[in-house]
Amino acid sequence: MNDPYPKVNFGVLTLMVFIGFATALQTNDAEAEYGDIVMNNYSDDGEIRPVIFPHWFHRIRYRCKVCHSDLGFKLQAGANKIDMLKIINGKFCGACHNGEVAWSIENCDICHTAKSGSPTQVHNSTIQILVAPKDKAKPKTKK
Amino acid sequence: MMKTINSVLVFSLLISVFGLSVSGNNVKAADNPNKFYRFVPPALKRNPPLATDGIHDPESPGLQVLQEPKAALKVLEKGKSGNYVDWVKSLQKEEIKPFYDLNDKNAKVSPMDLKIVREVKGSMPDVVFTHRQHTQWLDCSNCHPDIFIPQKGANQMSMAEIMLGKKCGVCHGKVAFPISECRLCHSAKTKAKKTSKKK
Repeated sequence: MNDPYPKVNFGVLTLMVFIGFATALQTNDAEAEYGDIVMNNYSDDGEIRPVIFPHWFHRIRYRCKVCHSDLGFKLQAGANKIDMLKIINGKFCGACHNGEVAWSIENCDICHTAKSGSPTQVHNSTIQILVAPKDKAKPKTKK
Repeated sequence: MMKTINSVLVFSLLISVFGLSVSGNNVKAADNPNKFYRFVPPALKRNPPLATDGIHDPESPGLQVLQEPKAALKVLEKGKSGNYVDWVKSLQKEEIKPFYDLNDKNAKVSPMDLKIVREVKGSMPDVVFTHRQHTQWLDCSNCHPDIFIPQKGANQMSMAEIMLGKKCGVCHGKVAFPISECRLCHSAKTKAKKTSKKK
């Protein structure tokens, strides 16, 4: 009973550290970046992963106006019906993704990164959270 | 007493193992009905790595090339929601220098300085719409005339409509700051005198 008091504290401290680690290591349902757009107009049919467009990356480099006015992107996910032919012809993504400003179309896997079967969506949008929270990416089981 | 300490240590180990096994069971915090601020992820979960963000396929080879959001966003002005970046401040402080024109890298923005005060019906302060911040990012044609008729009083809207992605909700709630930041829009210092009630 003559043990100094701090030793007991040390035990409690260890306990708390362990709990802290355990909590930190918990893998909860992580959320993709605000404004990430999943486009799956044709991807699933084409047997390729759907496209994820990260707004955050592009708005660091360009004002909204460049794409949404000059390049004619409509302000609605999936409404532009972009296909590879349009991109090859320099429309939409193809205005930059032509091998000069940004990587060109042969780098399929850099844009086509979403889980197969993910629906076209604005990930984490208010409407998705409040109105249709179950409308999140649910990968289809594909062979 | 050493025994006590040892037992405490063993107990803590057990707790940590238990914690890990719970995480292995994938108990989702969002599923907890009693979680505080259900829609606000804790700081640790903000700007998660692409491989675990829920929409990227972790097996996609592209993930090795793509930039991680945290790497890019942590150096910008902190925000309270969305990307946890205050984009307007970051632009003002020139932490980011986004091009205004694809072909002319030196094209300068000519922002429009016009504030529109919108009277609101509830107890919230009136909305002050600042053209300045918006024209730094956008062109007039992005909003006018398709989303907003460029005429005072011609645009009726409600928060419900905005939440459903109409009017301001075309951007706010998708890429621009979400509706949880009430006071960024409802920012009038004094309430305008109600004229509509008398009619």
